Amino acid sequence: MKILVCISNVPDTTTKITFTDNNTQFNTNGVQFIINPYDEIALARAIELTEGNGGTVTVINVGEAGTEPTIRKALAIGATDAVRVNAQPQDAWFVASQIAEYVKANPFDLILTGRESIDYNGSKVAAMLGELLDLPSVAIIKKLNVEGDSATVEREIEGGKEILTIPLPFVAGAAEGVAEPKIPNMRGIMSARTKPLAVIEPVSVQVTSTIVGYETPAPRGQVNLIPADNPGKLIELLHTEARVI
Amino acid sequence: MPVLIYAENAEGKFKKSIFEAVSYARAIADQNNTSLTAISIGDVSTDELAALGKYGADKVLNVSNDKLKNFVNQAYASVIAEAAKKEGASIVVLSNSFSGRGLAPRVAVKLDAGLIDGAVSLPDTTGGKFVVKKTAFSGKAFALTELTLANKVIALTPNTYKVVETGATAQVEDFSVETKESDFKALLKEIVRSTDKVSLPDAEIVVSAGRGLKGPENWGMIEELAALLGAATACSKPVSDAGWRPHSEHVGQTGIAVSPNLYIAIGISGAIQHLAGISSSKVIVVINKDVEAPFFKVADYGIVGDAFEVVPKLIEAIKQHKAVA
Repeated sequence: MKILVCISNVPDTTTKITFTDNNTQFNTNGVQFIINPYDEIALARAIELTEGNGGTVTVINVGEAGTEPTIRKALAIGATDAVRVNAQPQDAWFVASQIAEYVKANPFDLILTGRESIDYNGSKVAAMLGELLDLPSVAIIKKLNVEGDSATVEREIEGGKEILTIPLPFVAGAAEGVAEPKIPNMRGIMSARTKPLAVIEPVSVQVTSTIVGYETPAPRGQVNLIPADNPGKLIELLHTEARVI
Repeated sequence: MPVLIYAENAEGKFKKSIFEAVSYARAIADQNNTSLTAISIGDVSTDELAALGKYGADKVLNVSNDKLKNFVNQAYASVIAEAAKKEGASIVVLSNSFSGRGLAPRVAVKLDAGLIDGAVSLPDTTGGKFVVKKTAFSGKAFALTELTLANKVIALTPNTYKVVETGATAQVEDFSVETKESDFKALLKEIVRSTDKVSLPDAEIVVSAGRGLKGPENWGMIEELAALLGAATACSKPVSDAGWRPHSEHVGQTGIAVSPNLYIAIGISGAIQHLAGISSSKVIVVINKDVEAPFFKVADYGIVGDAFEVVPKLIEAIKQHKAVA
């Protein structure tokens, strides 16, 4: 089985988010970049599936040369090979279009992404890829099992879940529950240096959206501390002052 | 050219998040001096459909077709895109629900439309532009995103736009579309509903607990508190990682982002990743025995105390409050 895992290069989850140039640019100064945590779940499941059934796991990233440490990390975790589309990822449409072009020339049995990226919180690429490739897609899956040429997936719905069977190939966005992220071992780290990483040039794609500025959440006022022996006071304030109960 | 809103139903009923999305789409229609058409797919009663008028829909397209009874991502996306074309709608609004997240990108590609998912504000149309605020960096910031194509798709974050009732009744029309076989490859086997619980993404009140609870056996009081408040239960990442609670309850940067009216955090220290997922809550209450816990810095109300002493007292206080009210 040939599996493609799409990975994004995102700021580490502990990053304090700040902006420069009058709040129009994300300040990457001193920011550590990592594999998007959900993409790591997708990668872990892809590796598990090929361990059982044989096959390969290719990771693809749309990014400039600076993302290569993240791609090498994916190779160290256990991906077979990697592709980098050499371009700044402008928006989800751009990224999905680049990956779709690659997949048209190099078909896969299964394409996985993370459920969303933790930087711009899009959960768009999986479904866009599905549409661009005319394949079924499931935006957020909690479980994924493959048997022969079809898969069983579990997807979350508000207040429950759905269980679906889908013939391969299809596209899905992995969430927690699909797999536990894998930590690379020393052998993986050593072999990652020599695994193939192809760099391809982007195709031309229309610009569909542009970020024109950023805002940070309004700071909250001083906390109103209520004595531990009088929770009734809290209930009263939530009712009369905050008016939320 | 009307605005089109996809009104997703859950077991034949519309939820508050859909009334929010219809109200939001109404406001966009007003910005553009146009009408609002809603589309519903599946089995929904005519009364329920017409009631969408209350929130601003002028017309409701009803797609009732045996093959489309349950959600099929590809087929639903095709129907919504067809309706947009037929109505000549250049703006399509959806709720950024679990299903909405699967639909919006496909609809956008079909319509050659720019897409904003996770919208939290009305479009700013100053100077002929179309700029929408959306969540970014998992609640640590907002990105002001401009859509530059003629067609636009917006998926609205639940609990961020107020329901507005205008009081009218919508006209309901049957809408039939040709479905294509290749849209039905994914087969629904089973729907499992946890009916006894408030769903976390929809919840107006969330009661969340962390490692301070010491073990899964101590969640009884959390569930009791949540039940009394009509709240959903949630937890921090270490708690779901340890298997004390299901992953679907994990709130934070790598879990679910929530924006309830009231978020009550019990025994959670307030790591930056957790705070990211809850920062758009309207009111935050923190109960923690450590006065230095970072969570108190973003809280509106706090109680410094042991959860095992404070929560039972809080439960009693709510019972009393309810008895009086």
